[in-house]
Amino acid sequence: MIYREAGQFRTSYRADQRIFPIVQDRVVVGALLLVAFAGVPLFAPEYLITALLIQWLILSLATLGLNLLTGYAGQFSLGTGGFMAVGAFATYAFQLRAPSIPLLAAFALAGLCAAAVGVVFGLPSLRIRGLYLSVTTLAAQFFIEWLLTRVGWFTNYSASGVISAQRMVIAGVPIDTPARRYLLVLSIVALLALAAKNLVRSRTGRAWMAVRDMDIAAEVIGIPMLRTKLSAFAVSSFYCGVAGALWAYAFLGTVEPQAFDLDRSFRVLTMVIIGGAGSVLGSFLGAAFIVLFPIFLNQLLHGLFGDTLRPGLLPNIELFVFGSLIIFFLIVEPNGLARLWQIAKEKLRLWPFPH
Amino acid sequence: MKALSQAAAGGALALGLLLALPAAAQSTPVNEQFIPMPSYRVGPYAAGGTSLYGGFIDYVNLVNIRDGGINGVKITWEECETEYKPDKGVECYERLKKKGPTGASMFNFYSTGIAYAVLDRAGQDKIPLVTIGHGRTDSADGRVFPYVFPLVTNYWSLNTDIVKFIGMRLGGMDKLKGKKIVHLYLDVPYGKEPNEIFQKQAGIYGFEAKLVPVPAPGTEQQAQWLEIRQFQPEWVIVTGWGVMNPTMLKTAQRFGFPRDHIVGNFWTGSEEDTVPAGEAAVGYISAAINPSGTEFPVIQEIEKVVYGKGVGNMTDRARIGSVYYNRGVMTGIVSVEAIRTAQGKYGKKPLTGEQIRWGLENLNLDEKRIAELGATGLIQPLRVTCADHEGGGAAKFQQWDGKKWKVISDWIQPDRKLVREMIEASSGKYAQEKSIPIRDCSKGSG
Repeated sequence: MIYREAGQFRTSYRADQRIFPIVQDRVVVGALLLVAFAGVPLFAPEYLITALLIQWLILSLATLGLNLLTGYAGQFSLGTGGFMAVGAFATYAFQLRAPSIPLLAAFALAGLCAAAVGVVFGLPSLRIRGLYLSVTTLAAQFFIEWLLTRVGWFTNYSASGVISAQRMVIAGVPIDTPARRYLLVLSIVALLALAAKNLVRSRTGRAWMAVRDMDIAAEVIGIPMLRTKLSAFAVSSFYCGVAGALWAYAFLGTVEPQAFDLDRSFRVLTMVIIGGAGSVLGSFLGAAFIVLFPIFLNQLLHGLFGDTLRPGLLPNIELFVFGSLIIFFLIVEPNGLARLWQIAKEKLRLWPFPH
Repeated sequence: MKALSQAAAGGALALGLLLALPAAAQSTPVNEQFIPMPSYRVGPYAAGGTSLYGGFIDYVNLVNIRDGGINGVKITWEECETEYKPDKGVECYERLKKKGPTGASMFNFYSTGIAYAVLDRAGQDKIPLVTIGHGRTDSADGRVFPYVFPLVTNYWSLNTDIVKFIGMRLGGMDKLKGKKIVHLYLDVPYGKEPNEIFQKQAGIYGFEAKLVPVPAPGTEQQAQWLEIRQFQPEWVIVTGWGVMNPTMLKTAQRFGFPRDHIVGNFWTGSEEDTVPAGEAAVGYISAAINPSGTEFPVIQEIEKVVYGKGVGNMTDRARIGSVYYNRGVMTGIVSVEAIRTAQGKYGKKPLTGEQIRWGLENLNLDEKRIAELGATGLIQPLRVTCADHEGGGAAKFQQWDGKKWKVISDWIQPDRKLVREMIEASSGKYAQEKSIPIRDCSKGSG
C-alpha cells in the first residue's frame, strides 16, 4: 500500500537508472534532507547536534569507506583507524605548513594522502585474501600509529603529541558554532554518500562486486585484478581519511594518534557488520546503532534508576545489554540492519493485503 | 514481521526518550549547585576511576549531610561514563554542561586526552576545566587559559620535584653531575609531557639523560629493561599509568634493578600498582601529591557520617584511604572550597561556571584552613592567582613496604622559575597560534 509502485512507469533509460526509482523513496529522502539541512540547525538542541549528530555522521562516513572495501569489494581491513589518522594528520600538516590551501581543499588532499597510503597497504591483497589480508592491514594500523607517535614532524614537535586543531575557516566564514560545524560535516558526508551510491552502480562498483563474489571468475571474464583491488583500497581510504580529518577538526578539536587506535578500527568494522555489508544505507544504520544506541541506553538507565543503583553497576549493565543486543541482531538478521529495512519495504508493498 | 515491528516501536520509544530526558532533568529545584562527575568505571583504567570518583562523591556527600551543602546550597551531581576516551568524554561534557539550575560548576575528567578535547569548548561555554595533576601543562598560565585550572601540580613541576628528591638522596644537587638517569614512560601524550624538562634539567645538573618509551598499554617491557641494563643508570624515573606499572616492577625485578632506585610519578604510585606486583614492589619509591591512609580526620569523618548512613560510594570499603581514593577526596575539597570562595563574592546561591572560575582563581587554602577541614598532611597549601593556575607544585615521596605506602619526605618544592619559564614559552606559542589575547594580570582578577 505505502510502497505501491503500480502506475509508476519508467519510459526512458534515464528514469530506469535513477538512484531512487520509486516516487515514495524520493519524497522521503527529500524530506529527510530538508530536515537535516534546514530543520536540525534551526531547531535542534545543541547537545543533539554537537554530541550526537556530528559524531554519527563522521563515523557513518568512515563506515561507508570500509563498507566500499569490505562490503562491496570483499577485502577485509583492520586498518581503518590508521587511514583515518593519516587524514587527520595530513590536514594538520597542510593547514600548518601551507596555510594558503583552503580548508576544503586540505580535506580533499588529506583524503588523497590517505588513499595513497591505502594503496600501499592494499598491495598484499593481490596475493592474499580473507583473514590473512586483515592481518596485513592490521600492520597498517600499528605502523601508522607508531609512525605518528614517533616522528615529531607530524605533530610539529609538540611535547605531548596531542595537537589542537587549527580554527576552521571557509571563504572567510569561521566554522565555530555547532550549527556551522554540523552543516559542514553534513554537506561533505551527503556529497560523498551520493558519490559512493553512484560509484557502486558504475562499472567500478560492478567490478568490485564481481571480485568479491569470486575473484577467479572475475579475472576470467577480464576484470583487471590489480586495478580493481587497488582502486577499492584507494577509494575506501579516501573516505576514511576525510572522516578522520573531520573527526579531528569538526568533532574532537584535537589531533592525536590515540583517537584512531585499533579500537576505532574494530568499532568501524562492527558498524559495517551490524549495518549490513554492501549497503550504503547500512553504513548509516550501523553507525547509528553503535554510536547512538549506547548513549541512549545510558540515558534511559540513568532516567530509570538514577543514582540508586550500586555505583559502577550501571556502566556494566549497559555493556551487557549492548553486547546481547549485538548478538541478538546478528542472529535475527545476519545481513545487518539494512537487510531488515529491505524486508520491511517489501512487506510494506503488500500491506495491508499480504497474499 | 513481529520482531520487526517491535524493533520499530522500540526505536521510536528510544528516540522519544532521548529527546525527552534532558528536558525532564532541567526542572530541578533552585537552591542547588551541580557538579558533573564524568567517571570511568569500566575499561582498562577502571581501578583508578572508581576510587577517584568514589572519593570525590563521598566528600561531596559528606558536605551535604554534615553541613547541609555549601552555606546551605546543596550539591547535586550526575555521573557519566567516559571510559577514559575523548569521544565519550566530549559526549558527557555536552550532556552535563547545562544540567542544574546554573549549569555545570566545573569539569574534572581525570583524563589527559579528554582534557585536551574539551579545552576550547570549556572556554567558549565559560565553564572551568579543573585538571588536577593531569592535562595540558602550559595551561597553568592563567593569562592564556583563563578557564583551565591544572591545580596542585603538573608533570613539569613534578619532574623537578623528583630530580630534587634524587639529588637529596645522593647528598646534594652537585652530586648529580655525571650520573645516569633514565626516564621510562608510557608512549602516550601523558607520558611524553615530562621529556622536555627532564632533558633541560640534565643540561643544568650535568647528568646523562636517556628516554625509554614503553608502547601502550605497557604489558611487555623486556626490550626496554634490556636497554636500561645496557645503559646502567643509577636511577630510573617512571611515568606510567594503569597496567604498565606492576609490569614495570616485575620486569625490573627480573633484570635485577634495585626497586629503591626507581621513582614513579604520582600516577605510578598507588596500591593498584604495587599490590599486583607482590614481592617485586617492596622498596619502590613514588611521588605523591596526596598520601594514602585513613588517619586523616576528614577520611574518618567520611567513614563515620557517609558510610554510617549507608550512602558511601565505594563498594569495597577496604579501598577507602587508598592513594586514588584520597586524591578523589582532595579533588572534592578543592572543588568545594573554590565554590565557597566564589560564594564569598557573589552570594550564597547557586553560581554559574563563570562565577566559580573567579572562585578557583582566588582560591587560597592555607595551613589553617586545611587544618579546619581535617586534611592536614593530605593536601598541600594552595594559592591560585590570575597568572598561576597551578597554585602548588610540591610533592611528597613515599615508599612501598610490602603492605602500605610509607611517606619518607616532607613536601618537596619544585623549581618554580624553570617551570614557569617553560610554561610561558609554551603558552605564548599557543596564544600566537590561536591568536588569543594575553590577559593582563597586573590589574587584579575580576
